[in-house]
Amino acid sequence: MAEIAAVQRESPPAPSPSPSPAIALHGLWREFGDRAVLRDVTLELREGETLAVLGPNGAGKTTLLRVLATLLRSTAGEVSVLGCALPREAWKARGRIGYLGHEPLLYRDLTGAENLRFQARLHGLEGEAAERSAELLDRVRMSRRAGELVGNLSAGMIQRLAVCRAVLHEPELLLLDEPRSHLDPEAAAMVEPLIGPAPRLTRVLVTHEIDAALAESDRVLALRAGGAVAYAGPASGLSTGDARAIYGGAP
Amino acid sequence: MTAFKAILFKDLRVELRTMQSVPAMVLFAVTTFVLFRFGLDRSALSGSLAAGVLLATVLFAAILAINRLFVAERDEGGFDAIRLAPVDGTALLAAKAVALVAYLLVLEAIALPVFAIFFLDSWTGLAPLAGVLLLADLGLAATGVLVSSIAANSRARDLLVPLVLLPLLVPVMIGAAGAAERLLAAGGPSYDGIGKWLAILALYDVTFLLVGYAVYDFLLED
Repeated sequence: MAEIAAVQRESPPAPSPSPSPAIALHGLWREFGDRAVLRDVTLELREGETLAVLGPNGAGKTTLLRVLATLLRSTAGEVSVLGCALPREAWKARGRIGYLGHEPLLYRDLTGAENLRFQARLHGLEGEAAERSAELLDRVRMSRRAGELVGNLSAGMIQRLAVCRAVLHEPELLLLDEPRSHLDPEAAAMVEPLIGPAPRLTRVLVTHEIDAALAESDRVLALRAGGAVAYAGPASGLSTGDARAIYGGAP
Repeated sequence: MTAFKAILFKDLRVELRTMQSVPAMVLFAVTTFVLFRFGLDRSALSGSLAAGVLLATVLFAAILAINRLFVAERDEGGFDAIRLAPVDGTALLAAKAVALVAYLLVLEAIALPVFAIFFLDSWTGLAPLAGVLLLADLGLAATGVLVSSIAANSRARDLLVPLVLLPLLVPVMIGAAGAAERLLAAGGPSYDGIGKWLAILALYDVTFLLVGYAVYDFLLED
């Protein structure tokens, strides 16, 4: 852990030269009652970059994602997402963010197609919704099952639909919380083009797949249990061993 | 308007598909009428007693639906999905209120004739009574959606809704009972002084609709 602390000192989360970062956090704290879940998180992420968020269970990764998604308010600190100061300008950022969390955010008593149509209408995509939904369903090979109630589908199929929901409105910022959970390798490959790196798409990826995270991210935020920052900086500045150490030791 | 329609049609579609609220409300109302029929041991009611039996039954049946209004939003992530979209929170409030009014209208379309068969000698007051019930429904919906939304994330929601909602609905009961009492009077409906009660109902409806409009965005936020 001393190594990690050293890395953190060598790579302080200094503001990048980018004039308008896609995400800027300065001294972010989030508490639930007396318990701090995120402690003094500071980082910046430029447009088109990918941030990997690593850390053991209870480190506040999901909480961070929910703050960025405008679903939770910070207790203290400044949060700016897509140029909008949260929570004051949350309404301006919503609709530009795609969020794929632990819950699929799909209604069990609607079919997959009905769920996507509902989401599209919420995002004001009335006209083009059918075409876009059909294209996405086809890309994740769910076209034939789109007429079935979500409650009757397997977890993997629901996750594929959730990916479609998250990217349906072509967001500028994609917040992904273990996006490959429930997916077999084939299904994971299917959704990869939808949630993978793309020009002008900024991504925040919460994952426990350390090697993959370091390989596909530009920056890394590593959180210790309890929400303190262990490392925040370029992915190249954190080795796999250091990243594993954050989890309490190499496996 | 698109979000309002999307949420409303979603709710109506799910209700048509699952039949989780309206059949329970209808069954509750009819069963309650049967209990009153034998409990009071009277084949005909009029005036304030008739109004009380009808309105109390509708009120308690409404609570069944109000308790379930946000179940899918809470359990299946609907609150998050709606908050992630560029949607005004009042679209959710309005859609839920209109859905609840629709459920109540279906309930009353079935329960009112059953009530008349069980308890009324004359059906002449039923048409104007439907108007009184519509005003009461708006009040039930405006307040019910607010309370249900607040209670949705509480573990004690099944207890919280009636505990908070029933006292808030006392003015609705007073207004609706005052008007219905005259319409269900023995010897035929009387319209004397009914305007005052309708005004109370309308004022209540407008007040709580405005309160909902003003505060609902804050209620939805973390």
